[in-house]
Amino acid sequence: MDPNISPYLMLAGILFCIGIFGALTKKNAVIVLICIELMLNAVNLNLIAFSRYGVQPSLTGQIFSLFNITIAAAEAAVGIAILITLYRNKYTINVKEMNTLKH
Amino acid sequence: MISDFSNYAWLVPLFPLLAFIALLILGRQMKELGTKIAIFAMSITFIISLMIFISRILNETENYIWDNLRWIQIGDFSLSMGYEVSNLNSLMLLIVSSVGLLVTIYSVEYMKNDERYNVFFSYIALFTFSMLSLVLSINVLQFYIFWELVGVCSFLLVGFWFHKPAAKAAAKKAFIVTRIGDLGLFIAILILFWYMPNHSLDFISIQNAVVTSQLDPSVITWIAILIFIGAIGKSGQFPLHTWLPDAMEGPTPISALIHAATMVAAGVFLVARTYEIFLASPDALLVVSYVGGFTAIFAATIAIVQNDIKRILAYSTISQLGYMMMALGIGISITNGMFHLFTHAFFKALLFLGAGSVIHTVHKQNIHEMGQLSSKMKITTWTFAIGALALIGIPPFSGFWSKDAILTEAYLHNTALFWIGITTAFLTAFYMSRLFFLVFMGKNMNNQEINEYHESPRSMTIPLIVLAALSVCVGFIQTPANHWFEGWLIGQQHEESIQWFVINVSTAVGLLGIMLGYMVYQRRSISSEQLSTQFRWIHRLLVNKYYIDEAYSWILVKPLHGLGMILSMFDEYVIHGLVRLTSNFVVGLNQVSTRLQNGQLQNYGLITLLGLVILALAIAGKRFINVG
Repeated sequence: MDPNISPYLMLAGILFCIGIFGALTKKNAVIVLICIELMLNAVNLNLIAFSRYGVQPSLTGQIFSLFNITIAAAEAAVGIAILITLYRNKYTINVKEMNTLKH
Repeated sequence: MISDFSNYAWLVPLFPLLAFIALLILGRQMKELGTKIAIFAMSITFIISLMIFISRILNETENYIWDNLRWIQIGDFSLSMGYEVSNLNSLMLLIVSSVGLLVTIYSVEYMKNDERYNVFFSYIALFTFSMLSLVLSINVLQFYIFWELVGVCSFLLVGFWFHKPAAKAAAKKAFIVTRIGDLGLFIAILILFWYMPNHSLDFISIQNAVVTSQLDPSVITWIAILIFIGAIGKSGQFPLHTWLPDAMEGPTPISALIHAATMVAAGVFLVARTYEIFLASPDALLVVSYVGGFTAIFAATIAIVQNDIKRILAYSTISQLGYMMMALGIGISITNGMFHLFTHAFFKALLFLGAGSVIHTVHKQNIHEMGQLSSKMKITTWTFAIGALALIGIPPFSGFWSKDAILTEAYLHNTALFWIGITTAFLTAFYMSRLFFLVFMGKNMNNQEINEYHESPRSMTIPLIVLAALSVCVGFIQTPANHWFEGWLIGQQHEESIQWFVINVSTAVGLLGIMLGYMVYQRRSISSEQLSTQFRWIHRLLVNKYYIDEAYSWILVKPLHGLGMILSMFDEYVIHGLVRLTSNFVVGLNQVSTRLQNGQLQNYGLITLLGLVILALAIAGKRFINVG
């Protein structure tokens, strides 16, 4: 395997960690959604890095990351839509207050 | 010629049982109908009992036994239920049903204003059923079942006014103290079952086994003494007498029926019924006679200083039951004991109903607060006087003949018991005259109060008159010159010369006691206060009933209570503690897990992440450390 891969993987790892940290700690639901995007993009970076410097380089990874971006867009759209509905009903986008799953 | 009615004896207990069920169904409604049902059933029972009794007098018949109801069959052992009619049983049937009928009629007025009126009559009917069935029982186990049932009825009726704490306590005491005696009887039954050939428990087999000496003499002694312990409990003999005076908390008709005439006599009846066992054991007879004699004099001394009209009569009952036991214990035959039971049933029921009539009018029970009632309550006064004279044993009243028969027997066979009996007769005369003079004569009443009093209504006085007539008459069936009753009851007559000494002495002490009572409480030429201060410690001893209740409290009740406390603490803190620990642990677990499920998705995510990290570390660690 090409040793050039490691900076990409490290960057992807750092991005993923930032994303997961934000997703688990931020109160604002919009930031949580953005952090999830960050995690997805870290994965995309991984996929692309492997498609170029992997054991068996091929285009599959890049095409897969395209699909991923599409799904991420769809997910963001659904997430935002849910957030807006929630805000209309509960007047809050604070994640800590969205605890109805308890019941 | 009247044919033999004995084979219809099963009808006798049936009617009170039906009345009990009917009254139970009626509940609190329809008092009129309830009264009719109760009186009707009791009348039928009385008539059948009377017919059986008369037919047994007129015909020389064998004992009638019906035992076709097989109850238990275990291997070779079988136990049959049924009924037996002998002369002894028919006599008891007559006593129970006649007193029961009169008490029922009397109670109609006495209990008129009680809202649990029908319940009261249903209890009386249940009691009558149990008592009659007890009398008719053919085997010891059947006897024991009804023996317990009359105990339950006594409990229910003593505690009839259960809103009074004293009545509640008295009911419990009556039940528990008699239970101690019942335990003795129960052990006797177990021993009988163990040692009897074929384990048969019916009275006939027991008699045969004892007479043909198939049982070991020491076993017989044990059985006899244990049976007697049962009788001690039921008949209020020393030392289990303490429940009977307290049982006076119940309605007065009940005291007359259960605690004077019938149930307490069941102990005497039990001894008479199993008399062959006692005859086979001189030691047991000795115990019976001395316990009886001691109880007679012991209770009579307490009765002298009591102030409650019913308690005086209760101690008098204990004392008279002591006489009966003494008569049985002397060991000649059951005649004199049963004869005294027969006469006592009538005159003691009369005295209690008379006391009830007084209480119904003045609403008090303390004899020092009564007086001069004779001017207002003529019938009650006269009938009470007859009852008192019969109890004291003045000829020709019935009590004289039966008491004289007992004293004669004692005089001929055991001089110590004779003098105990004579002393008791003197004490009896004294406390009865004290009671009579204080209640009916006396002077310490203000006139205003006395004018409000009036004679009780007719439904209460008629039973009094009937019982008074019986108290006068029934004694003549057995006199020193006429042994008809003895011949009828046990089939043979002991010819004894007339003991004029006994007759004279017993009459003399009776009159002496009345004289003394008259002087102290009517003429007041001897001051009772002076007497009580002069013999202060005796007086105090008697007022406190020889401290028997206190002694029981200290020796038995308090230590048992302490033990109970300790055990309840153990239960509370150790056993219950363990239970609480378990439940608290589960509750705590629950609280922790509910806190985990807080609906915060971020927390869930964090935990998932942590799990993932741990999994990754584990896999990595496995690779480095090379486990497995």
